[in-house]
This record gives sequence, C-alpha cells and structure tokens, in this order.
Amino acid sequence: MNTGNKVITIEVLRYRPEQDTAPVAQEYIVPFTDDMSVLQGLQYIKDELDGTLSFRWSCRMAICGSCGMMIDSVPKLACQTFLRDFYPNTVRVEALAHFPIERDLVIVMDDFMEKLDSIKPYIIPEKPRALSEGEYLQTPAERDLYEQFSSCINCLLCYAACPQYGLNSNFIGPGAMALLHRYNLDNRDSGKEQRMPLVHAEEGVFNCTAVGYCSEVCPKKVDPANAVNINKTESASDYFLRFVTPKGACK
Amino acid sequence: MSARGPARRPFVRSMEGWWRKNPYFIEYMVHEGTALFVAAYALILLISITCLARGEAAWNQWLAVLTNPLCIFVHVLLLVGFLYHTWTWFNIMPRTLPPIIMNGARVTAATITRTGLAAALIASLIIFIIAASLAS
Repeated sequence: MNTGNKVITIEVLRYRPEQDTAPVAQEYIVPFTDDMSVLQGLQYIKDELDGTLSFRWSCRMAICGSCGMMIDSVPKLACQTFLRDFYPNTVRVEALAHFPIERDLVIVMDDFMEKLDSIKPYIIPEKPRALSEGEYLQTPAERDLYEQFSSCINCLLCYAACPQYGLNSNFIGPGAMALLHRYNLDNRDSGKEQRMPLVHAEEGVFNCTAVGYCSEVCPKKVDPANAVNINKTESASDYFLRFVTPKGACK
Repeated sequence: MSARGPARRPFVRSMEGWWRKNPYFIEYMVHEGTALFVAAYALILLISITCLARGEAAWNQWLAVLTNPLCIFVHVLLLVGFLYHTWTWFNIMPRTLPPIIMNGARVTAATITRTGLAAALIASLIIFIIAASLAS
C-alpha cells in the first residue's frame, strides 16, 4: 500500500474475549495519504502492524454496510470516512454503540437479524402468481413512494445512533422499521396486515421518542425516523378508527 | 471452550451518562427539558383563569404577583425556553410527516420547518394584537 510521509494515530477500542475482561484502548501509528479512509487505516494496521485486530469490511464503497463503527464517537462507515479529516488529531474508533462487542470492532448483530426477519422483508403478493403471468408492473410514481426506504444497506449506524434502542433493545429500531415501511408502501405487496402488529406492539414504533439522530447518521439518506413516525400516525389512526374499520390490527 | 473460558464472551457496554456523550443528545435532552417550561406556563395560565373566576379581589392580587420583578424574570426565562422548544420542534417536524407532494415535487424539509415557524410567529402575533387591544 502506498503511504505518504504523514502519520496519524489511530486509537482502537480493543476487546479480545480470551484475554480482556473489558475493552481497552490501543494506539497505532499509521502512515497515510490524503486519499486513505479509516478502513484503509485499519487494513494497514492489520497487514503491517498487528494481525490480531478484528473488523468487518467488504465493498469499500458504502454499499455493503459492513464497516460501520463509532469514529470519534459518531456512527460512520469506515470506508466513507477519511483520515485526513482528523489529522493531526488522534482518530478514535470503537465498535458500533448499543450492540454487544464480539471482538474488537466486530459487534454481535443477531438481534437485528431476528428483527429484520420478523418484518418479512420481501414482497408478499396478494395471491400466488405464475411465471407465465409475467412481471409485476409498477409506474415510476409508485416506485418513488418507497425508493428512499429501499436504499437501506443494513449497516446499523441508525441503531448505534438510537439511545432508545441502547436503553431497551426490545425496541424494533429505526432500520427494521424503515424496511417494513418500504414493503408496506410497495404496490406489488399485500403483506401490510401481517407486518402491522409489529408496528403496534409495545416494542414497536412508540418506543421512539423522535430523537432523530438515526436519520442524521444514515449514509444512504433513508430517513428511518420518518418511517417510524409515519407509522406512529398509522398505528394511532388504526387504534382510534378500529370501531369504524374493524379490520385494524389493534385489538 | 478453552482452558481460559468460553471463546465467545460478548461485552455489553454501559449506557450510563449516554446523553452527555454526543452534542446531538444534549440538544435533544434540552429540547425535551423545555417541554417543562411549556407545562409551567400552562400552569400559570390555569392559575390566572382560576383567579379570574374567583372575583375582582383575587384577580387584582394575582396581577400584583405577575408584576413582581421576580415573576417577570421567570416569564422571560419561560419565553426563552418556549422559543428554543419551538425552534427545535419545527426542526424535527419534517421527520414526522408523510411526504407532502406539491406541483409534482416533494416539499423539502427546510420548507416544512420554515412554514411551521412562520405559523407559530403569525399565531403569536395575532394573540399579541388581540391581547394588546383588549388591554387598551
């Protein structure tokens, strides 16, 4: 890897379960050029300084959502954050907040995977459709309704930005709710009735107190806070209109 | 399981003092805190109405309390809290609304915030003008 003359200190909050009882900070001096991301800094450490450092990464271009971490206490994608923006100060990196640390910068994300599964993140057609019937048709206007929410890359920065999730991990959280909303808005989908009980539930949208930081940190401009809050209105109208339209999911 | 213990031992970090760790959370807590200022002013209005209902003597006594410098100072503090609450409330408003489409385009967050602030300003002015005309 080409590196320049400049060096930057990267402080990593390390946790090696086989030897540490709690996370400890470790500093590395990393040579860097202005085009190097924090992810590349970590790769330099792993390749040249300390092969025991663990972190997740894949695409290097803000598509895969693997390299989310706290960078100077802010949830960011390491591939999208540049070392030059911190120089000459130390860059502090830590595993994504509000998730258990598996090892170093790797979090345990099982909780989110279960939540993602629970919202049925796929199109549920009204009735089975044979291949011979051809594709589903959708106008650009119909697509525009949900397009923003379909940009979610499951990077979990929004969960690391949500204090309500940190305080109570039963909360379904911003990312899963944005994806739930994405499928509910899709005109090819008829699964809304199956998904709404999750919205209405104790751990559903009303755990959100509109902090709004989830949308601030989202690298794909999904605005999960918007999805959560639109569903608060939906849930409330379902509750109050249940006598008029008794098909609602609020019992 | 190794001799030193299980290989997997996920570490859960404490949430203690979470709101002090990020300027965004501090602002959120101040915003939520200023809701108490709104509640306090509602209480002042409620006391005013109760005094008015109890007759002229009670009302005049209450007016004397309201014109006390300490009470005016409290009102100024409440006003500052109100203004901050209004500003932050309308800033978060675009995140709470479904998309509003006008002339084929989605109304921007900045427009929603500006409209909300303008509505609050106009409503305050109308109330102020009515109050001023009743007082004169």
